Amino acid sequence: MSFDTKENTPGTVPANGHSDTTPEARPLLIAIAGNPNAGKTTLFNALTGLRQKVANYPGVTVERKEGNWKFDPGRPAARLIDLPGLYSLDATSLDERLAREVLTGRLPGLPKPDLIIAVVDATNLERNLYLVTQLIEYNIPVVIALTMVDLAEKRDLKIDVEKLRSMLRIPVVRVRTREKTGLSEITEAVRGVILEEREADAFWIGNAGIDASQQADEIHLSLSDDEAANRQIFARYKFISDVYQASVGTFDTERANFSEKIDKILTHRFFGLLILIAILLLVFQTIFTWAALPMDLLDQGFGALGETARASMPEGILTDLVVDGIIAGVGGVLVFLPQILLLFLFISILEDTGYMARAAFLLDKLMSRVGLHGKAFLPLMSSFACAIPGIMATRTIENKRDRLATILIAPFMSCSARLPVYALMIAAFFAGQTVFGFISVGAVLMLAMYSLGIAVAIAVAFLLKKTILKSPPPPFVMELPPYRIPNLRTVIQNMLTRAWLFLKRAGTVILAISIILWALMYFPRSQAPVADESTAARVQLENSFAGRLGQTIEPVISPLGYDWKIGVAIIASFAAREVLVSTLSIIYNVGEEENEESPTLIGAIRGAHDSGGAKVWTPLTALSLMVFFVLAMQCMSTLAVVRRETNSWGWPIFMFVYMTVIAYAAAFATFQGGKLLGFS
Amino acid sequence: MEKIKVLTLADVAAGTKAKVLRVSGSGPVPKRLMEMGIVPGVWIRVVKSAPFGDPIEVRLRGYSLAMRRNEAESIEVTE
Ligand SMILES: Nc1nc2c(ncn2[C@@H]2O[C@H](COP(=O)(O)OP(=O)(O)O)[C@@H](O)[C@H]2O)c(=O)[nH]1
Ligand SMILES: [Mg+2]
Repeated sequence: MSFDTKENTPGTVPANGHSDTTPEARPLLIAIAGNPNAGKTTLFNALTGLRQKVANYPGVTVERKEGNWKFDPGRPAARLIDLPGLYSLDATSLDERLAREVLTGRLPGLPKPDLIIAVVDATNLERNLYLVTQLIEYNIPVVIALTMVDLAEKRDLKIDVEKLRSMLRIPVVRVRTREKTGLSEITEAVRGVILEEREADAFWIGNAGIDASQQADEIHLSLSDDEAANRQIFARYKFISDVYQASVGTFDTERANFSEKIDKILTHRFFGLLILIAILLLVFQTIFTWAALPMDLLDQGFGALGETARASMPEGILTDLVVDGIIAGVGGVLVFLPQILLLFLFISILEDTGYMARAAFLLDKLMSRVGLHGKAFLPLMSSFACAIPGIMATRTIENKRDRLATILIAPFMSCSARLPVYALMIAAFFAGQTVFGFISVGAVLMLAMYSLGIAVAIAVAFLLKKTILKSPPPPFVMELPPYRIPNLRTVIQNMLTRAWLFLKRAGTVILAISIILWALMYFPRSQAPVADESTAARVQLENSFAGRLGQTIEPVISPLGYDWKIGVAIIASFAAREVLVSTLSIIYNVGEEENEESPTLIGAIRGAHDSGGAKVWTPLTALSLMVFFVLAMQCMSTLAVVRRETNSWGWPIFMFVYMTVIAYAAAFATFQGGKLLGFS
Repeated sequence: MEKIKVLTLADVAAGTKAKVLRVSGSGPVPKRLMEMGIVPGVWIRVVKSAPFGDPIEVRLRGYSLAMRRNEAESIEVTE
């Protein structure tokens, strides 16, 4: 990643970052920095209102929230940046390193900030001030915004702001973002610093005795020696203790500690896990039920859009491309958007309440058995709905290899796009059957498919962590933030931001692959005269490149029990898994408006014969196909997101290849093993 | 002079407080622990351990922190 290599070139930044241009030449850049959960985003929203946009940092996929802040009527609006949370400037996670790059002006394309608003949580003053002691060494003016003062007051925690100001030598302002007070004071403080062109009053807390003329950046880098670093940290906390003594005095921090009381139940040895399972079940249940209606509507909407487009455009290739390629292809993926949105919504709520950290706490031991981090749990869990939000949620994992391992196994979780495939196979070949007289075979198979995915994921994670992604056991030092009632606006904004990034990220690739797959099925055009429309569709598909490809790969897939028609359907389903159903409908000539429960498609599959008169589909074929779908990487959107998240083509290609190989081997074992055991 | 009994944070029973003497070892983990405020002289209370015995939850400076037992072993404390 671009900022890894830059660590070795310190001190190239001019002291105030803008000595190359005059301050008037460009809008001021003001960064909001602070610990996670300190209230940065809330303050950012309060200051910028709706004048904000979300983009990615160059080269990496951390979101960059930027807005315009009119802090002074006589000046152009400043660019305000909401940085990811960080505890220290020497930190290691992707988010944290990025924040540091911005603050030190090392990020290409972004000047060094002219001012930093340090957000400090009043209820957690000491740890929050640690970052501040580092920030004030950077020769950038700092203004402290003291948040959560309402909570502090509730606990009778009184902070002498005047004392803080004089000891830290920077402006300190109380803000109550929820009541929107303190905003004009913070504006005033920032304006004061900017208009007076006050120089940063950098002073060195961590390095008493080191030549103060040296750049702070260099000091941080040159003191890699552990002892020196530890002394530095100790000196900072010593200073903080003095500040705390002077501005707060003695205070019983254990007062009104509601979170610990809630945790008596939520992280209870036994009930904690039960509640976690219950919450997850509830979330998934809700996602599936709530998303059903909007998904149907979207499906119909895209259908109607396609029809309208066909009706209003002249017949020809262009129309076919737009309708069957673009609208159908992109629509097929966008249909899942309600599910993705809901999943993002629940993730946001779980994060904002503080529960997410508890889930990681509860499950870390289990996850670490296979070499993963407790934080990997949530991405994997999300992947049961859809791997895309799951993969995007891996960003909180600090170690790059742990993160990669999590990304690489996430698609093994049976996502909702596989459900139509499982449902079709079960309806066609296992409907109404029971084991022991009362358990339905369908339910057992469904459970078996989910379990297979999990088991293979565990095995692969274990192997990856033993081989190419070998790394020492990831450290697990994680704050358990106080429980808070989520802020509706933040939650919805988070959800929309993520959904938008998903659309932007996956959109272009989905579009491209939709067109390619369409072309494979569309060309060359078949000239044979045909009786009716659905026969025409079938003949066309048989003679298309995709059809020929299916026939070419038949020798390869016949050991799995598949004929070339299934081969074509599998090729088509690389766009998205559920496409299998509609493709089979076309191949078996039952018209396009079929779904997994439609009796005609089921009948057609059951009755299909090959040229020799033998049945193409047997229960064993169905089982083999289900196993293949559990394990194969058939989702272009996921690959697109992996490409963006890892910033390389190597990993998505690796993912595609290794998953397909495993899927092939497992389907082979299922079919051949089943035959050996006498099943059919 | 009376000798103080040195143990690691991993040995401290849930519900008990201990005072940090030093964070041993080198590399990013001890550093991160110190940055989070675990420096000599600070009092830490062990709150509980997770369902499978690991990680543990501790409280210091008015906030809660979770860490694995092998990280807690690098924190030398006295009760
Ligand atoms: N009571 C109270 N809650 C706040 C305040 N500022 C932010 N919050 C809440 O604290 C949580 C974290 O805030 P957020 O802005 O997302 O923090 P960030 O991680 O620093 O961006 C959210 O649930 C906010 O609603 C405040 O001044 N008082
Ligand atoms: Mg935020």
